[in-house]
Amino acid sequence: MVEEIQKTIDTEEEYTINMGPQHPSTHGVLRFVVSLKGELVKNVQPHCGYIHRGIEKMCEKITYPQIIHLTDRMDYLSAHINNAAVCLTVENALEIEMPERVKYIRTIIEELSRIASHQLWWCAFGMDLGGLTCFFYGLRDREKILDIFEESTGGRLIQSYNCPGGLMNDIHPNFQQKVKDFIKYFRKVLPEYDQLLTGNVIFQERAKKVGYISKEEAINFGLTGPSGRGSGFACDVRKRAPYHMYGKVDFKEVLYTEGDTLARYKVRIDEMWESMKIIEQLIDNIPAGDYAVKMKPIIKLPEGEYFQRVESARGEFDVFIISDGNKNPYRIKFRSPNLVNLTAINAMSKDHKIADLVAISGSLDLVIPCMDR
Amino acid sequence: MNIIGYITDIFKGVISLLKGMKVTGSYFFRPWTVVTQKYPENRKKLEMYERMKGEIVMPHNAKNEHKCTGCGICELNCPNGSIEIITFQLVSEDGKKKRAIDKHIYRIGMCTFCGLCVKTCPSKALSFAPNFEHAVFSRERLTKILNKEGSVLEKGVEG
Repeated sequence: MVEEIQKTIDTEEEYTINMGPQHPSTHGVLRFVVSLKGELVKNVQPHCGYIHRGIEKMCEKITYPQIIHLTDRMDYLSAHINNAAVCLTVENALEIEMPERVKYIRTIIEELSRIASHQLWWCAFGMDLGGLTCFFYGLRDREKILDIFEESTGGRLIQSYNCPGGLMNDIHPNFQQKVKDFIKYFRKVLPEYDQLLTGNVIFQERAKKVGYISKEEAINFGLTGPSGRGSGFACDVRKRAPYHMYGKVDFKEVLYTEGDTLARYKVRIDEMWESMKIIEQLIDNIPAGDYAVKMKPIIKLPEGEYFQRVESARGEFDVFIISDGNKNPYRIKFRSPNLVNLTAINAMSKDHKIADLVAISGSLDLVIPCMDR
Repeated sequence: MNIIGYITDIFKGVISLLKGMKVTGSYFFRPWTVVTQKYPENRKKLEMYERMKGEIVMPHNAKNEHKCTGCGICELNCPNGSIEIITFQLVSEDGKKKRAIDKHIYRIGMCTFCGLCVKTCPSKALSFAPNFEHAVFSRERLTKILNKEGSVLEKGVEG
């Protein structure tokens, strides 16, 4: 009897197993229902919603300044970018021009949080594939950015530093010097990342030609951010629709055409170099001026629909607000890059080994709270 | 040809592993690069940044006076109802009625540290304090009363 069942499992029929909701490599509560044939993955069915908090619905009850702190709790690794997206939408709706100083500071902190996010991704990705050393080295460098954040904004992971009309408070006097010190330090340390992991033969074997997705498919699935750019899809919102200071600084859009896990890895490593380049151009020229525009105590958007795209660390993050003229939005919708990137996982992992599924989901850099909202 | 390729692959792999071990090895012989802190032991030497959002406090001066007029703007702005203000009518010597706070209740268990109460307070009565050790044994102790016993409104602060 047992032998018979064993025979059908091994030869003809697929069998399904659960990966998650509590699995170390999903970095949150995400459940994959995986259909396997032997060790080969035939179908992956992601089930999300385990930490659905109804943030979009909550936003309909609260005022615009209060929405900011909820967006922190979605994609917590690029919290500042999410904040800035909502603030930009509100500011564009009210047609307020921000002071140059605000734009400079927002851009610098956005790039710093992009580096911090990629660092944490690098640690976790290395750890998923069996390199525990990466985890310590990445967190060590990320700590320096978090210290910079804490000194100026008061928060380490979630800062709530933006508010409609500018910033909560001015930057700390030490901010510029500390950022310069960090860039100097990180330019020395980042090549170590390559020596540790990129060239490693075990990592290369596990990442090369795993999870291939072509450019056409990437566009069809709507992959954005480093995941889309690894397939050659030029989708950087900072280049396509510049906001803040991105139109005026010189940086390169990182593109790789291989479309596999290694390409997505390399995009993120190169993006850290580009982010440092952006910060170096801005950090010395922060203009003097106000850190915030005086706003009315109760912000009311005029009736209409407002939309803003920004590039978060994981891809395109969009905010869409419908206002009926009240102090709280009629409807607010966030386009999370994570949820859209997740849809491609079935196409990517077809006919790969189950161990490669960990590498593929890691290379997409999924943040689950942003997916479920 | 295949065998030669196989052997060169092995050597290339070993070299790549050695490269990584060179990085970790160099840190092994540089103990001054260690950044780990021993937390509970170094409690006395810990210095937090002054802007750190640890908890919300109401600063009192030496004469036990605070700046809170009880206007309720922080309560209005709080997104999750962690602030509650109980006021009463204070009759001054010349018979004028004035609002004063009885209790400024702050529930740290519900607070998300968005900073809106500190930012919007018109008399700058609230501020953040860099205290981060909030673990307590009962849930009731997470509800704090920010104004001290017997404290009054500072002179010169308009209500």
